[in-house]
Amino acid sequence: MQSSGTSQSDSNSSLNEHVACPACGLLCDDLAVSIDVENRPEVVRNGCSRSVAFFSRADTEGTPRVSGKPASLQAAIARAAEILTSARQPVIAGLGTEVQGMRAVMRLADSTGGTLDHMNSVSSLRNTLVVQNSGWMVTTLTEVRNRVDLLLVIGTDIVSYNPRFFERTIWNSETMFGQDTSRREIVYLGGRGLDTSHGISPAGVKPTELECDPGQLPEVTAALRALVAGKKLQVSNVAGIPLSELETLAARLHAAKYSVIAWVSSAFDFPHAELTVQNITETVIKLNEKTRSSGLPLGGSEGDYSVNQTGTWISGYPVRSSLMAGYPEYDPWQFDAARMLNEGEADTLLWISSFNAEKTPPNCKVPTIVIGHPAMKFEQQPDVFIPVGIPGIDHAGTMFRIDSSVTLPLRALRTSCLPPLAEVIDAIEAATRLDSETC
Amino acid sequence: MLIKLTGGKVYDPAHQINGKVMDIHIRDGRIVERPHEGEKINQEYDLRGKVVMAGAIDMHTHIGGGKVNIARMMLPEDHRTDPVAHTEHCRAGCGHAAPSTLTTGYRYAEMGYTAGFEPAMMPVNARQTHLEMGDTPIIDKGGYAMLGSDDFFLRMLTAKQDQNAINDYVAWTMHASQAIGIKVVNPGGISAFKFNQRALDLDELNSHYQVSPRDVLKALSRAVHELGVPHPLHVHANNLGVPGNMETTLKTMGASEGFPMHLTHIQFHSYGTEGDRKFSSGAAAIAEALNRHKHISADVGQILFGQTVTASGDNMRQFANAGHGSPKKSVIMDIECDAGCGVVPFKYKDQNFVNALQWAIGLEIFLLTEDPWRIFLTTDHPNGAPFTSYPHLIRLLMDKSFRNDMFTKLNLDAQAMSTLTSIDREYSLYEIAIMTRAGAAKLVGLHDRGHLGVGAGADITVYTDQPDREAMFAKPDYVFKDGELVVRNGQVVKVTWGSTHTVKPEFDRSIEKDLKKYFDRYHTINMENFKVRDDEIAEGGRGKVIVQACEGRRERSE
Repeated sequence: MQSSGTSQSDSNSSLNEHVACPACGLLCDDLAVSIDVENRPEVVRNGCSRSVAFFSRADTEGTPRVSGKPASLQAAIARAAEILTSARQPVIAGLGTEVQGMRAVMRLADSTGGTLDHMNSVSSLRNTLVVQNSGWMVTTLTEVRNRVDLLLVIGTDIVSYNPRFFERTIWNSETMFGQDTSRREIVYLGGRGLDTSHGISPAGVKPTELECDPGQLPEVTAALRALVAGKKLQVSNVAGIPLSELETLAARLHAAKYSVIAWVSSAFDFPHAELTVQNITETVIKLNEKTRSSGLPLGGSEGDYSVNQTGTWISGYPVRSSLMAGYPEYDPWQFDAARMLNEGEADTLLWISSFNAEKTPPNCKVPTIVIGHPAMKFEQQPDVFIPVGIPGIDHAGTMFRIDSSVTLPLRALRTSCLPPLAEVIDAIEAATRLDSETC
Repeated sequence: MLIKLTGGKVYDPAHQINGKVMDIHIRDGRIVERPHEGEKINQEYDLRGKVVMAGAIDMHTHIGGGKVNIARMMLPEDHRTDPVAHTEHCRAGCGHAAPSTLTTGYRYAEMGYTAGFEPAMMPVNARQTHLEMGDTPIIDKGGYAMLGSDDFFLRMLTAKQDQNAINDYVAWTMHASQAIGIKVVNPGGISAFKFNQRALDLDELNSHYQVSPRDVLKALSRAVHELGVPHPLHVHANNLGVPGNMETTLKTMGASEGFPMHLTHIQFHSYGTEGDRKFSSGAAAIAEALNRHKHISADVGQILFGQTVTASGDNMRQFANAGHGSPKKSVIMDIECDAGCGVVPFKYKDQNFVNALQWAIGLEIFLLTEDPWRIFLTTDHPNGAPFTSYPHLIRLLMDKSFRNDMFTKLNLDAQAMSTLTSIDREYSLYEIAIMTRAGAAKLVGLHDRGHLGVGAGADITVYTDQPDREAMFAKPDYVFKDGELVVRNGQVVKVTWGSTHTVKPEFDRSIEKDLKKYFDRYHTINMENFKVRDDEIAEGGRGKVIVQACEGRRERSE
């Protein structure tokens, strides 16, 4: 599709420049990826732990299987359609895909009355519920790169999820507005034993670290919110953090010209973590009465943001949603795929994971179709397995970045015999229509 | 395939046809000359007694892009009131304030609309906007690229770069984002908000760049004009919603120094400060100025009562208005040093003094503006009301007694502040056809749409002439899109995908060298990835890019 970014470095391998990497929500598009004689990709520039793992695990071949036995693609599609046609309550879960894949999934969900749930729903709902309950004020990566003067990171080191965040958006050498980025202030609030080394400025200035157990983030964020709102707290410490430290932090936030408060919702692994996200976002809104401040949700993987965005414009709802009624419905509790499978509400599982071989379906008793990464291995053989191309390696696609404002094209970096997910889903959908017409 | 539409009463203002009984012939999606004797007609529709117009064009409707999808995501409670089940032809979705894309396309077509233009396409978000419009069936689409608070442009103004360089940047942006127009939202103000300015009047300076909204309007309106882009600079003025903002609006009309400008949702910019509550109608003065300034056009942005959601690039004003939201929640974003957005749900109430007066102000502007070629029918969907309320709005314009009946239901203090009932004007079918077809096509630069002349794309809507204009415009008998029957009796009978209209003005491509350096230094994406390619829109053969001509191109300035 795009020839300008590819060059033949020698007769044996080709080098692709400006490659967008779908391995995390940052979607860095400055990678150089070579394809060797065996059609294997390798990140040769601007890699990180996640991108190297993603590109190096890209198998080129895979065989469709029906009941564990090798089958033709056509036979696997036919069997999948048969299973879906007889399903009364199918769930389409995993949903590790990008925009074009999700478009096809939405068509299939409509025609089969499917329920939709992403493997990251637990964490992405912590953000969605806040948007739906109170809204928020947030910013995007280029704004952060050019404006932030105080970065407050809540309950995470960020780099475990988005390895190049500090390199690309905090310690960049210059900004649009002439800021000396080495003077940017970093504060880590909450969590224990985090890798805060990335928060050390190029000038060697160490970040402020205020540790607490992750499970105590609700009270710590509530306390900070109260202090920013000018309330007095009658305690000497909150979750072990001296109150004076929190008061100083609140004062620094008020004094900053463009503070950014970042979090990763999947790091908030405690009940009702959406309320902690809301503490953060309401703190931001309060700060904006006088100065500027923005929230920054980070993390993102397995196409979660792309799936939510695409599902929302096509049906009106992010996951978890369902078309079982013939029209879209949304219910974060009712349409939890794991719950529906455990409680016997779902009678068929279609599991999708095209980026990651390790994201296999939950073991369950209902007929299972898996469409996914060619290197997938199963404890329990699904009824149908269809290996598909990896978006951004084997075929083109479109992906949303973590800030939901930027979408980038994914490119095909090599020739591949594996079909894209959308093609397989469309073929299954066409076959289900035939099946239901004949029965 | 030759189709004949026989004996309808045709309203085609582009050709001064006002209710003449005529036949129309369609072949391969186009309107063609009367065929020769004996040439076989494949299909004939008897339209005797029916009203025939070109397909309607919504020249300002928020149907795609980040802020629209935020609006969808944040309002599940609104969607639940309007679930849309799948049918034989249509897929499932949901409607009301921020409908799903599929439902948006179906419902526009079912009202006889065949095109809609997203007016606030952030260049950095253009890919998403086109993805959503690509999933909006039947109607044609297009977007106006938002400039005016983006860092690259503002630093050009600060550096006093010459107009030719600005023109090149504007043209480059239109190519990169696949746009058909240029929009400016709160000129310079979205940027100013990021530097913590909370208001920006026409001659106030952005604190960082030291440029004023007037500077922005001058440079952009001239660029659009000199590039020959048919659609004049599309302006969402400063001070939206602020009592007394009519003064800013009146001054804004002169800010382009004669270059054409379109002032959008002007109702939200027509407020005075008279009366006990310091909120009054500026409609008379605004309409009078519109009548006088022939280089200015406007759409109204009528509000209608009920639940909706406001979605705007104007994060400065949306932040200020967030407290009025209902339900009380809002999303405000700074975006990529390019622009921003603000989404605030809103419930307009006829018993609320301000809302009732807003309703009256919009109608006063419609009725006091004389030239229907320069005033356009919009609710700024969904900001004033969802687009599905257009038939009701048309009735308000065409039926004085209906309008006056509605007026009596308003908040009494608002009634006392409005002169609406003293206006006798009723729009004619011909004038409605100008506003929603011929005028809109001319304004946007759709050379082969909005009219029924030979060679036009066969986008045609057929209505039953009914005294109840709301009923008439809500449910056309037939809608043809590119010659195919897509709607019968107000129901979709065939789903097609429509095209995306763009312009591609010529420019000096050497500007890319500067842009490439700029992206590498400051941005988080590669310049090449900023550009939306044709094949991304044409994807799967479903959509296609139509490049409309930039016929009025002017010589470059020396």
